[in-house]
Amino acid sequence: MTSRHHLIGSLFLASVFALAVTAQPTSAPTDKKSTSSNSRKRVAKTQDEGERVFQQNCSRCHASPEGFSPRVSGTIVRHMRVRASLSQHDEEALLHFFNP
Amino acid sequence: MSRTTSNSRSHSSARYIICLLVALGVFVTAYSGLAQDIPLISGGAGLLTDTNSGNTTYYSIIEPLLAAPLGKKVLVESRADLLESFSPKGGGQSGYNHSHFIGLTFLQGDYLTTLHSTVVGGEFLIPFNTYNERLTPIWIGNFQDAPLIFPLGLLSSSSGLGGMVRGNAIARNKYSINYNYFYSTRSGAEQFTSHRGDGGRVGLYLSEQRLEAGFSYDRLLQGTHENFYGVYVWWEPKDTAFRLRSEFARGQHAQGYWVEADYRTLSFGGLDSIIGRVESVFRIQQTFRLDTILSDGLPLVNTQRADFGLDYNLPHNIRILTSYARQFSSTGNHNVWETGVVYHFVFPSWKGKHL
Repeated sequence: MTSRHHLIGSLFLASVFALAVTAQPTSAPTDKKSTSSNSRKRVAKTQDEGERVFQQNCSRCHASPEGFSPRVSGTIVRHMRVRASLSQHDEEALLHFFNP
Repeated sequence: MSRTTSNSRSHSSARYIICLLVALGVFVTAYSGLAQDIPLISGGAGLLTDTNSGNTTYYSIIEPLLAAPLGKKVLVESRADLLESFSPKGGGQSGYNHSHFIGLTFLQGDYLTTLHSTVVGGEFLIPFNTYNERLTPIWIGNFQDAPLIFPLGLLSSSSGLGGMVRGNAIARNKYSINYNYFYSTRSGAEQFTSHRGDGGRVGLYLSEQRLEAGFSYDRLLQGTHENFYGVYVWWEPKDTAFRLRSEFARGQHAQGYWVEADYRTLSFGGLDSIIGRVESVFRIQQTFRLDTILSDGLPLVNTQRADFGLDYNLPHNIRILTSYARQFSSTGNHNVWETGVVYHFVFPSWKGKHL
C-alpha cells in the first residue's frame, strides 16, 4: 500500500464515520386521505405547484425519466434540490407531484 | 510496457471505485428507512461513434450515479465514468487501438442546513457557468461533444476537493435567485485530483418568462494565479418545446461562447407522438485566443464551429443522437460526424419497504 492509498482509505473511513454520526433512521410517512372539497383543492393546488417546479427546474435540462419506482422519488427530489438549488418549499411540492 | 502499467493503474482504480461505491451503498442502506428515500442507482449508458477527419472511433460508456439519503438532511452522491474506446491505428497501419478509462467524477456529501442553503463537502463538480453541472451526463446532452470553451473556469480538472455552499437565496412565484460559493484545495491523490481555487455563481430565474441569466467567477490559486469569468443565458418559452442555452467564458489567455437551440414540435399529437419525439438541435460556437500561452485546453488558434443534430427520443428512456459538425480554423477545416444511442436508468439499490 502506498501513502496515496492510505490517504484514500483514511478519507473514506473518515467520511463513513461522519455519515454514521449524522445518520438518523426515519419513519415512513402517513398518508391521510381526505374527501372534503377543501382538501381536494389543496391537493390539486399542490399538484399544480409541483408540476410548475418540475417544468421550471427539472425539465429545462432533461426529459422526465419514465417509470421510476416511487420508492426512490424522495431520493430523486433531494438530489434535485441540491443540483437545481431548489428551496425546501419547492422540494416538498415536487415530492407531492411525484407522489400524489 | 507503458500499456501494462496503464492497465495496472486502471485496474487498481477500478477496484478502488467499485469497493468505494459498494461499501458506501451497503452502509447507507442500513440507515435508510423511509419508503420514498431508498438509495438509488441512476445514470446513463451509451454506445457512440465519432468520425473526425475521416477516422472513426467507437466508444462504450457507463456513467453510474449513486444517491443515498441519510436521515432527513443528508445526501451522499457519487458518479463514476467507465469508458472503452476503439480508435484506428495511425501511420497507415490497419486495425484498432483499444483503451479504457475508469474514474470517479465526484463523491460528495450534501447537508441541507436551512430552507435556502446546502453545505457540500468532498469532491464536487466545479459550478462554473452551467455546462459542467447540468449537461455533462451523456443521457442529458444534446451533442456528444462538450463545447470548445468547456475547459475554461474548471481549474484544469472539472472537479474540486473541498467545500461549497449553495442554494436558493430568494424563491418567489415570479422570480428566484440561486447562488453558490466553493473553495477547492490542491490534491494529487488518485481519483481526487484537484487544484486550489475558489469562486462562485449567481443566477436569476424569471419564471413567467422562463428566462435564466447568471454570472460566474473563479480564480486559480496555485501556480500562476488566473481569473475566469462566465455569463450564461437560458430561455425556454412557455408552452413550447423550444430551448435556447448559451454561455460566454473568458480566461486569462482565451475566450469564447456557444449558443445551442433544440426544438420538438407539439403538433401532430404532442411530444410522445412519432413526430414529436424527433428533436432538432443546433449549436454554434467560437473561440478566440488572447495570447499564445496554451494552458487552458482551448484550440491553439481562433476557431468557429457549427453543429447540426437530429435526436430521437424513444420510449423507455432511450435516445438516439446524430449530428454533423463543420469546424473552421486557420490550421484547417474538418468535418465531425457523430452517432450514438444512450439509455437512462433509474432504479432502487435495494427492495425497501412498499409504499
